[in-house]
Amino acid sequence: MSPENKIQDAQSIKEEMLGSYPTKTARKRQKQFVVNEPGLEAKQEIQANVRTLPGIITQRGCSYAGCKGVVLGPTRNILNITHGPIGCGYYSWLTRRNQTRPESDTDDNFMPYCLSTDMQDENIIFGGEKKLKKAIEEAVDIFHPKAVGVFSTCPIGLIGDDVHAVSKEMSEKTGANIFGFSCEGYKGVSQSAGHHIANNQLFKHVIGKGKACKAGKFKVAMLGEYNIGGDAFALEELFDKCGITLVATFSGNSTYEQFASAHLADLTVVMCHRSINYVADMIEKKYGVPWFKVNFIGAEASAKSLRKIAEYFDNAELKARVEKVIAEEMAKVKSALDEIKPKVEGKTAMLFVGGSRAHHYQELFKEMGMKILAAGYEFAHRDDYEGRDVLPTIKVDADSRNIEELHVEAHASEYRPRKTKEELEALAKKGFEFRDYKGMMPEMDAGTLVIDDINHFETEIIIEKYKPDIFCAGIKEKYVIQKLGMPLKQLHSYDYGGPYASFAGAINFYRDVERMLNTRIWKHIKAPWHKVEPLAAVFINATN
Amino acid sequence: MASVSQSHFVATRNACKLCAPLGAALVFKGIERGMPLLHGSQGCSTYIRRYLISHFREPVDIASSNFSEESAVFGGAKNLAMALRNVTAQYRPALIGIATTCLSETIGEDVPGMIRQVAEGALEGNPVLVHVSTPSYSGSHAEGFTAAIKTVVERLAGERSFASSARQVNIFPGICSPADLRHLKEIVADFGLTGVILPDYSETLDGPAWSDYKELPPGGTPIADIGSMGGSMSSVTLGRIVASEPEKVAGEFLSARFHVSHHAIGLPIGIKETDELMRTFERVSGSVLPEKYRHERGRLIDAMVDGHKYIFEKKAIVYGEEDLVLGMAVFLSEIGMIPVLCASGGKSGNLHRLIDEMIPELKGKIEVADGTDFAGIDEMAERFQPDMVIGNSKGSRIADRLKIPLVRVGFPIHDRIGAQRILHYGYRGALELYDRIVNALLEVKQARAGLGYSYL
Repeated sequence: MSPENKIQDAQSIKEEMLGSYPTKTARKRQKQFVVNEPGLEAKQEIQANVRTLPGIITQRGCSYAGCKGVVLGPTRNILNITHGPIGCGYYSWLTRRNQTRPESDTDDNFMPYCLSTDMQDENIIFGGEKKLKKAIEEAVDIFHPKAVGVFSTCPIGLIGDDVHAVSKEMSEKTGANIFGFSCEGYKGVSQSAGHHIANNQLFKHVIGKGKACKAGKFKVAMLGEYNIGGDAFALEELFDKCGITLVATFSGNSTYEQFASAHLADLTVVMCHRSINYVADMIEKKYGVPWFKVNFIGAEASAKSLRKIAEYFDNAELKARVEKVIAEEMAKVKSALDEIKPKVEGKTAMLFVGGSRAHHYQELFKEMGMKILAAGYEFAHRDDYEGRDVLPTIKVDADSRNIEELHVEAHASEYRPRKTKEELEALAKKGFEFRDYKGMMPEMDAGTLVIDDINHFETEIIIEKYKPDIFCAGIKEKYVIQKLGMPLKQLHSYDYGGPYASFAGAINFYRDVERMLNTRIWKHIKAPWHKVEPLAAVFINATN
Repeated sequence: MASVSQSHFVATRNACKLCAPLGAALVFKGIERGMPLLHGSQGCSTYIRRYLISHFREPVDIASSNFSEESAVFGGAKNLAMALRNVTAQYRPALIGIATTCLSETIGEDVPGMIRQVAEGALEGNPVLVHVSTPSYSGSHAEGFTAAIKTVVERLAGERSFASSARQVNIFPGICSPADLRHLKEIVADFGLTGVILPDYSETLDGPAWSDYKELPPGGTPIADIGSMGGSMSSVTLGRIVASEPEKVAGEFLSARFHVSHHAIGLPIGIKETDELMRTFERVSGSVLPEKYRHERGRLIDAMVDGHKYIFEKKAIVYGEEDLVLGMAVFLSEIGMIPVLCASGGKSGNLHRLIDEMIPELKGKIEVADGTDFAGIDEMAERFQPDMVIGNSKGSRIADRLKIPLVRVGFPIHDRIGAQRILHYGYRGALELYDRIVNALLEVKQARAGLGYSYL
């Protein structure tokens, strides 16, 4: 099909989807749909990071989910206490599939615990600060944590409990580093607000406190990697092979100590741009550590990212070692693709997930010779779609204004620029980019549909129209898609598969997707009597 | 009977209960073309959807009024109105069940007033709007479940009271699996009765693969049937804990308002409680127990004789909703096991008494811990030297630590598939539970004995 036809097609599908909404809703919603036409002189704009309209069944979570679940969740030795009624704590208890690997049996791992103040009527009426203090006190007595995070849920802000004051007081009393998060669920547009609240507090209360980090010649801190399905383990192994030292990961398989000493790395790399790019910026401003975007999802992308890191350190030995690892790994990747690609080439996929994953995973599908029909993020901002160039033009609305922006200056004694001005200029001349992210849309084909915050209702229409061979999303979409006889790959939890990061991870992914596409199960979906016009189906249609 | 003193901890450590709006959402999912809508932050509906989905492995739509910071301060009336309009336009539900959350309750929203205003503006298709108050700082998912049922009945059965059949019976099934609901329907039909089961998520949360897309899954209690509940001959409420607070129960309301006789019995888990269920249906229908169930009961007893040597005096820790715990404890005592610790995050205050009443023969051998959490259960566990743990997925760590089997029952079960198909109710359910319990213990024995138990 020609790109023009594809664009027309996508336009008509877009209109059909919007047609079912009340007028006002359709008007707002349409700004979050773009029929992609990369390379236009006037770049296309998509509306993102705006509040989901009430009654639209969004896949988005809340600020608390982003703060406690996503960012702090994967860290094993910061003890988390949810301040609020029981639901929020329960629902965020080991439900994200991030893993951790304590170095010894005696190392703290608090991840299996879910502590909650379990607020009752009387606490809502008379305030819950006293209960919170006691809860912190007993938690410190039992677990002796170095750090404690206190997370506010919806009613907390409303009844006026001051988690920050309580945390400060209890910090002084117990000697543990205790900090609060005002991540009430109604704040901000999505979990993205929660990431920001979490990261700001980590920046204020943890990063920079460490005085020493893992020794190594090429020290890197990795931001925005959450160790879903063991991705961080795979990357640790890969970096190790290359002789690169991972000082800290935010926050997959991480510890408090890693966070505290992240500023001692000589380079910050960012995986998930959405959830944490601003921390990379702040670390650079305060401590002089430069950053750039990497992507270790996809074999080619992994190779490119490793080469960029080696280029940054500009060390012949490192470069040679990296090339050797890439050559070894790519040989394995090639042999896997030789086997798998013929079975999947030309098949189609859609990805609606995350704040980076919908972009990153396109790499893997492209490597398999598959086509992307449509994609979108759940909680990303415009820069994740269009690239960081648009940052200055993003309008700050009421929801974003409520999320604190930290003002950061160079640290009086610990600011240490890792590259001289001349070195940076030389790198720039070679086309080396820092603080870079081009976004998802420029890399997608013309005529593909880009939809922000796709909801349940639209998902069902888009599936019906495009009939993709595979749909990538999360558990909330999983069973409706599968009910319709189509495979769904969960990119939040990997359906207990993975790891998918790095070269070995890419091979895992190719294999998993090939099996999902070609399993015999889908052939059974249609019963034999479906060949004749079925009575049952007619009946159901009529009642619908 | 010993009762373990309430935890001296202030924090709830690994909770053994979920929040009230989840229970309400489950009820609304069991009404034909019903759509739950949580009045609060979008995170509540996302979290609860995700939790229900991971248990039932089915699509679960729950709308939200998506509170912002502004609505948290100035009220959510505008949000609720818009949510109702949007969700109606997209899904054309027949009923929207609006459950409040801790957020909307804390700011004291007047939801009934808001509904009245919206209803005047007439929503497309005129869905029934039902409001239930479910602040998550009060009670647990079990209370939310009971409250939503009562609200729906009060709202709908108040208007029309013509039963479609003279032999109609209302059944309030308690929190159970789709398989349990299907079995209840079968039993009722076999007695020649017409059952109205509320909620009935046997199809909506355990449906077949679809040949075409459906906005809302088929199944659920038809609204007209709920409307006719006032004209039924009887109501049957399953769950002794639930029924111990009559003012919260729909069956009592129907009895007071429409003089529908009310039978409050236990969850039909095991022989004694299933006998009670069957007796109730005999009484209501005037028919004798169908032959089929005599056989099922006979097979159950036969199986219990076959297996009794492998399990008698075996000790189990049971946890979950109070009614489930009570039902399981009664069953375990029947088969010769000892439910050494009966634990729940629920706190009705009636669990001790009812266990005493129902299992007098094990006096002194059962400890009851209500209002507890998994950390509490874990700390007590060793003292009992249990042979197995019985309850939902959240107890798997205790089982792992003690190296004893966990027999999964109840909700939530998200680390195995098939939760929706676990049958707890009836003689058939008891037989399934029995086989699973005995075999779990035999597996341990087989694994631990060098000589093997390869021929029994």
